[in-house]
Formats: sequence, C-alpha cells, structure tokens
Amino acid sequence: MTNHRTGKLPQRWCSRKPRCMTSTGLRVVRWWSLQDGVCLCSTMTVTLTHTRQHCSIFDVSRMLQTKVYGRDRVKFIESLIVGDIAELKDNQGTLSLFTNTKGGIMDDLIVTKTDQGYVYVVSNAGCADKDSAHMQARLQEFKAAGHDVDLEFMEESLIALQGPSMAQVLQKGVGDDLRKLTFMTSVLTPVFGIQGCRVTRCGYTGEDGVEISVPSGDVVSLTEKLLADSEVKLAGLGARDSLRLEAGLCLYGNDIDETTTPVEASLVWTIGKRRRQAQDFPGADIIVPQIKAKTQRKRVGLISTGPPVRQHTPILSSDGRVIGEVTSGCPSPCLKQNVAMGYVEAGFSKVGTSIQVEVRKKAVPAVVSKMPFVPTKYYMGQ
Amino acid sequence: MAMCAVLRCVSANFSAALPLLTRPAHFWTCQNSRRPNMLRTLYTTSSRLSGALKFTDKHEWVRVEGTVGTVGISNFAQEALGDVVYCGLPEVGTKLEQMEEFGALESVKAASELYSPLTGEVTEINTNLADNPGLVNKACYEDGWLIKMTIEKPAELDELMDEAAYEKFIKSLDS
Repeated sequence: MTNHRTGKLPQRWCSRKPRCMTSTGLRVVRWWSLQDGVCLCSTMTVTLTHTRQHCSIFDVSRMLQTKVYGRDRVKFIESLIVGDIAELKDNQGTLSLFTNTKGGIMDDLIVTKTDQGYVYVVSNAGCADKDSAHMQARLQEFKAAGHDVDLEFMEESLIALQGPSMAQVLQKGVGDDLRKLTFMTSVLTPVFGIQGCRVTRCGYTGEDGVEISVPSGDVVSLTEKLLADSEVKLAGLGARDSLRLEAGLCLYGNDIDETTTPVEASLVWTIGKRRRQAQDFPGADIIVPQIKAKTQRKRVGLISTGPPVRQHTPILSSDGRVIGEVTSGCPSPCLKQNVAMGYVEAGFSKVGTSIQVEVRKKAVPAVVSKMPFVPTKYYMGQ
Repeated sequence: MAMCAVLRCVSANFSAALPLLTRPAHFWTCQNSRRPNMLRTLYTTSSRLSGALKFTDKHEWVRVEGTVGTVGISNFAQEALGDVVYCGLPEVGTKLEQMEEFGALESVKAASELYSPLTGEVTEINTNLADNPGLVNKACYEDGWLIKMTIEKPAELDELMDEAAYEKFIKSLDS
C-alpha cells in the first residue's frame, strides 16, 4: 500500500528478540513498558482481560482522518455514504458506510458533524488509499458543479483508550467533565496539557472508551502520560481484533467488503430513513429494494465449543450441506467459548438455529447467536 | 508441529504477544539474553530433571522410558504459538508413522499441526489438556505432554536431535 501511515508509537525490540520471531520469519512486535524498559511480553488473553477490567491503549494512527470543509460539506459526505448526517446534533457522530454503485460496502467509517466548520471522518487504514481517491474524485465533481467543499487529510496520530477505567484515567488530564461526553460525541480539548487534541467517545472494543486525535509530535508524550497511570497498559492489534469480535463489530475486509451489501451484512440500521426514501447514495437502487425483499444470505453470529473457528471455515446445516462460510472467528476469553461471524443462507439466520462448522474435516456443532457476544458498555450519560 | 502459523492480521502492523513470563527462571533468561551459556544451561537443566529428550525439526520432543515414548512440543514451539486454547489429539490405539500428522494445537490466533516423532501406536493421551490446554504453555516438558506411544522402530531415535543439536537448530532459525 503506498503512502501508508506508520504507527507513531515507538516499537522497541524486546531483548528476547530471538524468541520474538516465528520460524516463518514473521517479525512480531513486542510492547515495552515505557516506564521501566523491562520487557512485559504479555499474552493476548491477558491484554484482552485487562481492557475489559481496566483500560488499554491502542495505536491506531494508520487509520485515515479527514476533515471536510465548506458550506456543502454535509451534502458532499452524504453523496458517498448511507447515513443521515444532516440530522446529527452538533459534535455527534455515527457509524456509516461508503457504498459502491453495485450496492457493495467500500469501507465502514465514523462521521462526526462538528460545530467547528467541518465534518470529521475516520476510516480504515487498509482502505486509506481507496477512500482518499474516492473522496477526491467526488470533490472534483462537486467543485465542477460549483459547490463549496474542500478536503484535508490529517497528519495527526490517533490513539484509542478503551476500558471501564478510561474516564477515571482521562479525567485527570481533561478540563471538561467527561460525564457530559456521551457515546458517539466528540470535543476539542487539551489532553494532559497537549494542545490540538480531539476526544471522541467511541471505539472498537465494546467498552466505554475514547479515541484521541493528537498532533503526531506529541503522541509519544501523551501515551507516556497515560501509561503513568497504573490502570493503563499498552495493547496490540491482536487483542483489538478479539475484543471487537466479542463486541459483534465487523472488520472491513473480513466481515464486510465490496461484495456484501448493508442488508446482507445486517447493517440496515446505518441507512438513514430519509436516505432510504430519497435513494440518494451509491447503490441505493440495489440496496433499498433488499430491505423489503430480504437477501439470500445474512451475516450472523456463531458460538461453539471445541476447536476455534476461523475465517473461511465452512458452515453446514445439521444434515451436512454447506450453507455458508465464517468470515471472522476467535476463542473468547470472556465467554470461554469460540465466537465467530459469518454469512449463512437466510433460512438459517434466526438466533438459536443449530448448525455445524467444519474444522479440520470434522463437523463441530454451533449455534446462531445474537451479537454482541459480550454485553457492550457504551456510556449513554447519567 | 507446523510452524507456518495461520495468523489473522488486522493490518500490516500486526502485533501479537508472547506468554507472560511468570516463572522467575524465564525472567532471568530475559535479563540475560546476552549470555547464551546461561540460556543453554537453563534448558539442559530442565530436561535433565525430566529425562533425556530427543527433538524433531518440527519442534516435537520425545522422552523414552522403557518401551514407551512420551511426546510433547518444545518451549520454542509453545512460545511461538501463544496461549493454547484447544488440543486436537488422536484416539488411543491410533497407529502412526514417523512424521505423520497426529493432531493439532490451536491458540488464540494460530493453529499448528503435530507430527509424530516416531512410528508406533498411541497408548495414552493427556486428558488433562481437555480442561486445561494451558498446561502446554506452562509445563511443555512435564504436565503439558500430549501423547504416549509405543516405539516400533527404536533406530528412528538416532535420526532425531539431542538437546544440544536442537538448541543449535533453533538458533539457526533466528538468523
């Protein structure tokens, strides 16, 4: 991928470096404790549990952060996504989807309507090139039509602080009362004395958490200040993947992609009511009829015991017919069972349906289950 | 054990983690990584306590006691695999050829096949691993053993590496 962002946190090699490489030569990054330099190699399970009981920092600086300026900024962003942004309150955000003309999902993203004269967009690292090209192409069209809109691709870093003790940790460094910052709202504020930060109460773990956009020159300092609190530990992307799956959140590229429509992906809620009526987003002519007519396949959650279920595992009916495929799966330390997401024929998508998954040529029983697998703890206010 | 681990990457910036170093011996190893003699002594000592081990290049070990071979995976393998969450083991009575696949270990983000170090018949499997798969990580040379088997062709033992040769082998993988 060209122009990819590098994570801005320092990646120091563990002194046990020879053991930190698998024999396939894949380099595995070890997190150092920035406090005392001692290698605190930790397991994914320990990290995940820590996030659910205390809080963890994730470096997500590779994600694309974009500002959309101009009088027609809402119209612009709505021309690319399925959500109703106009109806958002000031500084409120929502999950939305870029769609293509075939009704497929190009990326999932968070869109926040700020009261500082811009719409703030955060989209996936893996789609950064695709998304920026997509937005720039639409920008040219809008400008040519005489609209007032401009884009700025931000250079800031982004760190996520997720877990039940997040507010207690962060409040020490933020002047605003965090009790007023509810789920999916955003505020510009210094954080631990660092200017130019934006704090958004959202995340990818199912826990109460924030994502902090911070000038790249200060991200190390901010991380060190947060790590000074004993509640906080660094966490890596492996744990992040297990956390989001327990929370029932899709991973673009696995669970949703350009071949899945929002209806198949069980993401109809992202399509604003006004947008369904107006059919004014890419692929609307394919997506909107699916809402009523239903689709042949649907994304569902699965729970099983025994061997973990992974991406590409076939899903079978009770009588052994292939009815779908797993798109994400992992053992859940919280549930002590295996959780997974996949697509099945619509007839098997009801919660409670008994199905099977084929692991290493053996059929293992599984059950369609509701998501999130682990209850979410988003902060809705007092 | 197939070290071609199946890793599910969220992005190119994938970071996994090693098991927590809870035992003082391992912490000592970490501190003294610049002293390879210390490292070798540690492994040699632990294996002398449990009997001489022979190793395959796929990181299984076998310990012979009389006519029975006990089989497990090495410390190098369990570290690379991470937290074991499930052990897929054969049934008692299964006949195995040397290097035949006999099962698999699953960790959070990886899965690895297991290969028999010898030709023989499975006489026992470690049933404790059903409820406590983490034993493979915590005590890979002792309580984390996988299967016991008969030794049909004792000459096959000569083809396997002794501890010193195995230590050399895993060091060569690091470069």
